[in-house]
Amino acid sequence: MTIVLGIESSCDETGVGIVRLDDDGTKTLLADQVASSVELHARFGGVVPEVASRAHLEAMVPAVRRAFAESGLRMSDVDAIAVTCGPGLAGALLVGVAAAKAYALALDVPLYGANHLAGHVAADTLEHGRLPSPCLALLVSGGHSQLLKVDDLATSITELGSTIDDAAGEAYDKVARLLDLPYPGGPPIDKAAQQGDPAAIAFPRGLTGPRDARYDFSFSGLKTAVARWVEAEERAARPIPVNDVAAGFQEAVADVLTLKALRAAEDHGIDTLVISGGVAANSRIKSLAGERCAKAGLRLRFPRPRLCTDNGAMIAALGAHLVEAGVKPSSLELPSNPALPVNVVSV
Amino acid sequence: MPATAVVPTRSIRYDARRAGLVTLTAVLVLAVDTSTPAVTAGVVELPPDGPPVLLAERVTVDARAHGELLTPHVRDALAEAGKALADLDALVCGVGPGPFTGLRAGMVTAAALGHAVDRPVHPVCSLDAIAALVPGEPLLVVTDARRRELYWAAYAADGTRSAGPDVLAPALLAERLPELGVARVAGARLGGFDLPVTGPEHPTPVGLVAAAAAALRSGAEPGELTPLYLRRPDAVEPGARKRVTPA
Ligand SMILES: [Zn+2]
Repeated sequence: MTIVLGIESSCDETGVGIVRLDDDGTKTLLADQVASSVELHARFGGVVPEVASRAHLEAMVPAVRRAFAESGLRMSDVDAIAVTCGPGLAGALLVGVAAAKAYALALDVPLYGANHLAGHVAADTLEHGRLPSPCLALLVSGGHSQLLKVDDLATSITELGSTIDDAAGEAYDKVARLLDLPYPGGPPIDKAAQQGDPAAIAFPRGLTGPRDARYDFSFSGLKTAVARWVEAEERAARPIPVNDVAAGFQEAVADVLTLKALRAAEDHGIDTLVISGGVAANSRIKSLAGERCAKAGLRLRFPRPRLCTDNGAMIAALGAHLVEAGVKPSSLELPSNPALPVNVVSV
Repeated sequence: MPATAVVPTRSIRYDARRAGLVTLTAVLVLAVDTSTPAVTAGVVELPPDGPPVLLAERVTVDARAHGELLTPHVRDALAEAGKALADLDALVCGVGPGPFTGLRAGMVTAAALGHAVDRPVHPVCSLDAIAALVPGEPLLVVTDARRRELYWAAYAADGTRSAGPDVLAPALLAERLPELGVARVAGARLGGFDLPVTGPEHPTPVGLVAAAAAALRSGAEPGELTPLYLRRPDAVEPGARKRVTPA
């Protein structure tokens, strides 16, 4: 039995999780503490790196204390520490990495510098067990939009495609602003979209032409198309049908994401799709992925919404995979790397 | 081999001193500071009276290495001093002012170490740590605040801080020198002040412990470990929406 402490601070959530790895490979979540600074960023319409970093410093040790209290474990029970060392915001990552090193030194346990994106995939194993090899992972959030082929969560992840401009969540935030909906834009657009007609306005599906990259995404053109449409209506002094705009936009996002994910699965003969990241909680992405996967005979897995957003539990889960796979721990000189490539699962 | 055993309870010696039950013995302290380009960790013994004694230190001057090197420096300084984290009675941490990213590396490291070994972490204004090593005539201490500004504080002849900490452009700080009545300047070799230069460029482990000596000896409950940023985050609230089509 191995107890893994996971620390995450790549964006605006300070996450600390504890996972128990049993000898049979079972991974059990024992603590999941998250302190979010999202409200501090709301009036800026996006995450302000310095504000996020300050919040991480304040929240880090209290979050670790709460995680131990939640788990009922003592610090001396910890056998390994995993920490997000990238990708993410430089100043934010550094707080978590520095804290993790200090705990690793003090507790005399191995440290694993772990990839945030692999962590999002690992989150699903806490609920639904081991992932088949290979499987396909679609990560969608304010910071990432990626299609990954996962042969082994601990050692072998390949990026098939990613966004060439905005992340899906970023497009949600920008469109929310256009429609005078609050930040972050995901939940309010989802809510408005459920009252609207997704076919009322046809917005473009980026990068879906026959000569476009098969697995890459682009949401910048969609965002501009929504802005043009809204401005034209404003010029004509017509009221903006917020629900229909939200529904049309959301349909375009969900359509492209699921279309490319299914295409990748088919091309690579993969039978399981995992969708994770903050935007994975979106109702239309869920339902459309469900319909299309059922039709194509694919197994579809989603972590529960709480584990889709950034958290320490997913990093502890990834740490448990790294321990289980016998991956070499990181040195205490471990740097944080804001641009860590997704194929580097641990540093 | 760094000794890293964990003692889950506070050192008996320290608690006893707090309760006033024992005569003072030396206090073993780990001091860290990342408020300047120096990545500083040191193991210092503070005797019942007299100045702190350095047992071992590790310092690298590299403004981009705080996150990477601080914990290895702590490990190596402890190893050279022949001490374990569990041997410590307390930690002292420079809380700035300092450029933000590096400063946070030291502060979260100290906070996490203090939590893990259950020892108090005493905050020290990093400028005080420089001043503590230069007793005597009234003193100005400056460090690099980047963006062509300086963090500064002024100290009276008895070593108490008389002004600051604050952040100013060198020219504006120069204008204030007569009013501050300082005779010397310590810290970063910046600003080109017409004053004799003295003292260390960066906070040192001995200076950090000297600045916290009274609190360490009394076993007083440490204050909040709050960074001295002295600047608000650069962040602007979005104005009116930008149009994508001509109005
Ligand atoms: Zn994420």
